[in-house]
Amino acid sequence: MEFPGLINYWIVVVLMMTGFYIVIAHNNLVKKIVGLNIFQVSMFTFYITMAKVKGGTAPILAEGIAQYSNPLPHVLILTAIVVGVATTALGLALVVRIRDAYGTVEDDEIEAQENDR
Amino acid sequence: MTAAQIPALQVVVALLAAPVCLILRRPRVAWLIALVATWASLVMALILLFSVLKVGPISYLLGDWEAPWGIEYRIDMVSAFLLVIVTTIGSLVIPYAQASVEAEVPAARVYLFYCMYLLNLAGLLGIVITGDVFNLFVFLEISSLSSYVLISLGKDRRALIAAYRYLVMGTIGATFYVIGVGLTYMMTGSLNMVDLATLMPAVIDTRTIHVALAFLTVGLSLKLALFPLHVWLPNAYTYAPSAVSAFIAATGTKVAVYALLRIVFTVFGEVDVLSFPGVQEVLLTLAAAAMIGASATAIYQENVKRVLAYSSLAQIGYMVVGIGMESATGLAGSIVHLFNHALMKGGLFMVLGCVFLRLGSVEIADMHGLAKRMPLTMAAFVAGGLSLIGVPLSVGFISKWYLVQGALEKGWWAAVAVILASSILAIVYIWRIVEVAYFRPRPEGAPAVSEAPASLLVPTWMMIGACYYFGIDATRTLDVAVGAAETLLGGLR
Repeated sequence: MEFPGLINYWIVVVLMMTGFYIVIAHNNLVKKIVGLNIFQVSMFTFYITMAKVKGGTAPILAEGIAQYSNPLPHVLILTAIVVGVATTALGLALVVRIRDAYGTVEDDEIEAQENDR
Repeated sequence: MTAAQIPALQVVVALLAAPVCLILRRPRVAWLIALVATWASLVMALILLFSVLKVGPISYLLGDWEAPWGIEYRIDMVSAFLLVIVTTIGSLVIPYAQASVEAEVPAARVYLFYCMYLLNLAGLLGIVITGDVFNLFVFLEISSLSSYVLISLGKDRRALIAAYRYLVMGTIGATFYVIGVGLTYMMTGSLNMVDLATLMPAVIDTRTIHVALAFLTVGLSLKLALFPLHVWLPNAYTYAPSAVSAFIAATGTKVAVYALLRIVFTVFGEVDVLSFPGVQEVLLTLAAAAMIGASATAIYQENVKRVLAYSSLAQIGYMVVGIGMESATGLAGSIVHLFNHALMKGGLFMVLGCVFLRLGSVEIADMHGLAKRMPLTMAAFVAGGLSLIGVPLSVGFISKWYLVQGALEKGWWAAVAVILASSILAIVYIWRIVEVAYFRPRPEGAPAVSEAPASLLVPTWMMIGACYYFGIDATRTLDVAVGAAETLLGGLR
């Protein structure tokens, strides 16, 4: 198997699991958002990889360009990136307000405050 | 000319009205804009439903790009019915929202409520109307992001935590969905649902498509809160402002169920995924666990909104059971239950909004003897509760009747037993509240409360009244639901 072979897909899987693990395992609300981002980035990489055609260039109508990559998944992922940015912004905004209300961004401390009442 | 553009306007009106609310900032003006936009959406949804009933599915090409390449809006019986459900709830909650939101949301943020409400409505309508799987994702995120904001507007600080947890779970769900879409695109090269349906049989036996199906199902199950992916829902419904609970509980999960229907019966319609080994069993087991487990948990809750939230989880179980049956009767039961449950749960959450306005709490402990003080409100609760249990003449009875019939056709006695057991548990959790409100004295020194204002009671009773109107004369809704079920199953023949 010639290099790089399926390396992009391996990276996708590793990133996806890393992000997912951070979301589940970490206690800090900001770190959870970071994990969520890594998880989403793995999905972006996946789309970009699948559209790439070997030896293909950018899809421009010009002389000498016969083979080009599929532009559609790339465009789709632009949309998904926008959604991801919006989600991150909203998530962090919520974390700011949670800190105002509870004085902490650690999940277990918040849990403890709620159970004390 | 304009009539031909209604499919686009259905989404665009609410989508454009949202930023207008944001710019004008005045709560009254924002409310008026929301009122006009939601009622206009309802009228358009009804026009679409009647034209679908008359001439069959409508296809609308956005920007006139030919179908498999451009984005197509496709309205058949199922989507037309869902459009009517969403816009009906949307337009009944807005008149109610004015007083309720003023009491629960700080005055400076009221206009944001209407902005987010309209965005949420636009997202939900978009999910229902689109015929493109990636476009569905975009609308899914529009509706999800706005509902996180709506939930975080709640008075209690726990609303923030609930919104945050929902955001994390919802984003994971949506990302799973997009991964599934990507894998199907890899194998088929198409995003159009109808086009995918024709391409699917050739590639269905590949590992990639199996993985895609798993990602799509798990992603959407997170959004529709199927047991055991439901943990975000109870807190989100409990701590959101009352008007938000009423709207989201009545529409959000229903639209996610619709998306699942689309994937199972349209995109994978030609290949009959439910007959794959294990698929049907898993769906039915999870649904049964939701129906029994969530109903049983509802009995032990001290907060009435939380009781209703757990009851919603059980009702989602009913809808998924109907999907799992894969027969016209079962599916019609599911689809009519989407409508019926939207009416009764919307109505019940509106009742709790009335209680919260006067009492400042929806804990069962604070509701002792409340029926004497707020007779009309609590009567609405009883009426809605009876419908939730499934008493004849109410809409709850109609959908359960169809689901039980569907189960009997298949000879699934266990499913019948689970449906009935879940209804008995519903009697218990509704009775707990009725008993406290009607048969316990109001404690000494309890704050004096009076009946809710007419601006809340009228929409609440319209919603609860509709539960009985469509329970007594169910032919109209059932005709559409059966037609919708046949449309969906058409792919299998």
